[in-house]
Amino acid sequence: MGTDTLLPYWLLLPTLIFIGVFFLMPLFKAVGLAFYGKDGFTLAYFEKMISDVRFFDALKFTFLFAITIVPLQVVTALAMALLLNSGFRGSRFFLYIFALPLGIADLAAGLIWLSIFTHRGFLNSILYALGIIDRPIHYLSYQNINYTFLSVVAAEHWRATAIVMVILVAGLQMISKDYLEAAEVLGARGWKKIWYVILPLLKPSLQSALIIRTIFALQTFAVVLALAGQITPVLAGEAYFWQFLYRNPHVASAYAVLLMVISIAMTWVYLRYLRSRTEVIRE
Amino acid sequence: MSYRYLLRQTLIYMAVLTLALWVLIPILLIGISAFTPRQELYLWPKSIIPSHFSLETMRFFLGAHGVVRSLLNSVKVAVLTLTFTLAVGAPAGYAVARFFFRGREAFRLGILITRMFPTALLAVPLAVTFIRWGLYDTLVGVALIHTAMALPFAVIITTGIFMGVPKDLEEAAMTLGCSRFGAFARVALPLALPGLAAAAMFTFVISWNEVFAAAILTVRNRTLPAHIITTIQASPLDFRFAGGFFMILPALLFMFLIRRYLFHMWGGATAER
Repeated sequence: MGTDTLLPYWLLLPTLIFIGVFFLMPLFKAVGLAFYGKDGFTLAYFEKMISDVRFFDALKFTFLFAITIVPLQVVTALAMALLLNSGFRGSRFFLYIFALPLGIADLAAGLIWLSIFTHRGFLNSILYALGIIDRPIHYLSYQNINYTFLSVVAAEHWRATAIVMVILVAGLQMISKDYLEAAEVLGARGWKKIWYVILPLLKPSLQSALIIRTIFALQTFAVVLALAGQITPVLAGEAYFWQFLYRNPHVASAYAVLLMVISIAMTWVYLRYLRSRTEVIRE
Repeated sequence: MSYRYLLRQTLIYMAVLTLALWVLIPILLIGISAFTPRQELYLWPKSIIPSHFSLETMRFFLGAHGVVRSLLNSVKVAVLTLTFTLAVGAPAGYAVARFFFRGREAFRLGILITRMFPTALLAVPLAVTFIRWGLYDTLVGVALIHTAMALPFAVIITTGIFMGVPKDLEEAAMTLGCSRFGAFARVALPLALPGLAAAAMFTFVISWNEVFAAAILTVRNRTLPAHIITTIQASPLDFRFAGGFFMILPALLFMFLIRRYLFHMWGGATAER
């Protein structure tokens, strides 16, 4: 009997060791690199990070991307999930189509949309063929920073909506048929049913989708680099450049720690804000 | 009544088709770009469908310095990653699925929290550590950090898979004389195998697609995404399009193969919150 009570812990051990070595140790090490130099504790690396010319731009764009992309994705994914849930013929086939971008890397998505937004890309070619423009527009340049921003939004929106869709479809499948039937008996149909019955019941799935997507949107990096280069700097990209180009793990760690703090703060906000809403609904 | 039904169905199909085209057209466009003759990519006005399809761009990409090597590196790293990930994560998934033990919920919560770690927070300090350990610029080093990134998914997915294998079957095997391990190996494992294969492919795709850590942890032994991103400023457009196309090929194939399991994975992931 003794072995059987210990068995689960033995099975967990490899994972626990891995988490210790590859999550906890880097976490402490990153904090150490960010706050400790040759002469002990220092804020010099954070000062260096903040005084960098691109820092505030990176902070600004990271947040702008997250607050633009995440709501777009949730709305699109919700539309996809509700459409699929309406149970038309062939919904399974479309489910797989909608899920396709799940397998596409952020870098690859950036390159795909580069073929659309580049100077002589598909978008300019189509607009020219339609007679809307007669010279190509530079979407990806410092002169058109708003277009550049929207190009990255388009690529990220396209790539990562699938994951939200899958989470929401899974959530819809878990909603008991009894609730839906009761709602119909009581006269809730169409939009009313969606708004007053389905959405409140879908709240846990929406919450996890929001948390996951926000955290990853804050880390947007390869899509930005592939499409915009350094036109719209982001925090994860700065961490990459400080480590890879300038060979300064201290400042790179300062960026990484900042990203972690923002991620935790955003998660806390979601958990707090969305939970209080669900409790209101339950009452 | 039937008129309203017809209208509703038409609207649904139109919306679904629009969304499907939005997903598919960009994939089609990168495919066209990758097989457009090189000089036509730079023409203005450029026709959307090229005059003819050519392998020139792909040949140029595959012939470019470092590409084939980085492709092989990507495959090696991905295979190492899925081996490490399943070896480490599947036992934990089995434990969570089969046993009630103290700390089970804390463990599951901990696994979910590890998913929130920014890649930069793992990769930057590990680059420093790996130099000391002699793992910097090695494929094993990259595979280890990819394993760390895939591990939370693997534990969650395998938990779902083993929960889908009835516990009674294993217990029946044990009453019929199998040892605990024998019951697992002869009953649970064969039933879980298709799910585990899907988890392995999913892990492969995570590794194949990962760019940040791979770029930071390597200098010469780059994976394909790391090679593309570190040379992106200097490489011509046709190289980038061919690279993008090459990156999505295996990913789309694997996603197609495991399409049935996607909901096991994400359904399980959300059921826990």
